[in-house]
Amino acid sequence: MTGEVSNSASSLVVAETASRPKVPALRLCGVHYAYPDGHVALRGVDLQVAPGERVAVLGPDGAGKTTLVLHLNGILHGGGGTVTVGDLTVDPADRRRLMEIRRRVGIVFQDPDDQLFLSTVAEDVAFGPANLGLRGPELARRVDEALAAVGMSEHRDRPPHHLSFGQRRRVAVATVLAMRPEILVLDEPSSNLDPASRRELAEIIRSLPVTVLMVTHDLPYALELCPRSVIIDEGRIVADGPTADLLADEHLLAEHRLELPLGFDPKLATLQLGAARPRRDP
Amino acid sequence: MTMAAGHTHALYLDRPSVVHRIPPEVKIVAVVVFTVAVVVTPREAFWAFGAFSAMVAMAAAVARVPARWLLTRALIELPFVLLALALPFLGQGERVTWLGLHLSIDGLYGGWNILAKGTLGVLASLLLAATTPVDQIILGLDRLRCPAILTQIATFMLRYLEVLGGEAGRMRVARIARGDDPRFLWQLKGFAAGIGSLFIRAFERGERVYLAMISRGYGGRMPVHWRAEGAATAAQWSVAAVVSAVAAVITTAAFLLPPT
Repeated sequence: MTGEVSNSASSLVVAETASRPKVPALRLCGVHYAYPDGHVALRGVDLQVAPGERVAVLGPDGAGKTTLVLHLNGILHGGGGTVTVGDLTVDPADRRRLMEIRRRVGIVFQDPDDQLFLSTVAEDVAFGPANLGLRGPELARRVDEALAAVGMSEHRDRPPHHLSFGQRRRVAVATVLAMRPEILVLDEPSSNLDPASRRELAEIIRSLPVTVLMVTHDLPYALELCPRSVIIDEGRIVADGPTADLLADEHLLAEHRLELPLGFDPKLATLQLGAARPRRDP
Repeated sequence: MTMAAGHTHALYLDRPSVVHRIPPEVKIVAVVVFTVAVVVTPREAFWAFGAFSAMVAMAAAVARVPARWLLTRALIELPFVLLALALPFLGQGERVTWLGLHLSIDGLYGGWNILAKGTLGVLASLLLAATTPVDQIILGLDRLRCPAILTQIATFMLRYLEVLGGEAGRMRVARIARGDDPRFLWQLKGFAAGIGSLFIRAFERGERVYLAMISRGYGGRMPVHWRAEGAATAAQWSVAAVVSAVAAVITTAAFLLPPT
């Protein structure tokens, strides 16, 4: 990894406004990655996300979405390009910095059974902050706070696998929130959820005061939660703009194997969303 | 396939008893000491095994574990019982004739030895399992300074055995749905293939779990924050002490008293 902030590919200044701080929450410059078997997953990803933004990452299967997610906290690296979180650039050699980056970027994986591995909900939520070195009352406060944020406080002593799938996904979100991340990365957050759980999770995500990057196939969910979307295909970002505009572009969607559910009208949905909720983003 | 009853596993019996409330490390120590005492007791001291059985019966009564429950689950030792029953026929040396059977005396003692000691050990372990959820047992082992790598493996096994069990169950249902006939030998082919793909799924899941752990700052060590709370007090340790002392007295007496 080279310099702190590369100046090569900073063409994406879409969302920058005067009111936002100068330092983006997340900045990817020319990120490449090929798996050891030779499969090239990322071919130069440039992306910049401002603090407090909620951005959906859309794209067909095999587009490189999950590979991208694993780059955000330095689990995958070394294929070229830089990933910068706030003022810290991922450098696999610097373990302390990597630890801080993993605190700042909380990843909620697709299958909550991969994330919840301890015998009670509270223990699992405590795992992350305990790894950060928190103990005693401070640790307990983090656990309480995170469970309260996802509405799971009363299930704290239950084993995770006794919970419904939707509850497990909420606990998975809490396990990451307990580390007080600055960026919350959600991999397919709505998959396998029943409609009520899906809506509840949306309310939770909307209530969190963090930057959100949401990887999903669920285009209506992206529209509901994220004012901005990017489309990734064949390892590159091929579109970046307001979610409503991208979803209204039938050609663009068809070109990248994205499809809206039958009967879903993004324009109508945008109007309905606007009516249901006064705009809160400045 | 049923939804497993959580960390209150199949052997756990949820009862409001004193024994259930004793911290796990105390019960583990008591069971281990008791088992060692049983094992080293000379096999000729029949009365000692009666005394040990009385201890188990008392503990079961206090823990409100029904005898029937204990005995049906003790069937797990059946293969050893069969071995024990075979010994009098296979044993060497002096023989006696009983009901027309020509039995080896040494084999009779050997069979008795396995049967008595095995049964007592199984019953004590079952009592531990009946009164202690598995995650508590792991916690107890951890407090007893069992190497962290072992308790971690046990924790993962406990957590993912059910996830894998669920996966195996779904794969089985999918096989049956496609006309697999799940009967004894006939099902072996589908079953064997299922084991293979289950192994791969387990392997891949292991990798995903590890990545999720790394993402939350895992650095190769489990945080130890939950180890301190609720550890046994001196009063609670006295339970283990009493059980150990009684068992030790019985064993010592069995050595000192002449065989009957």
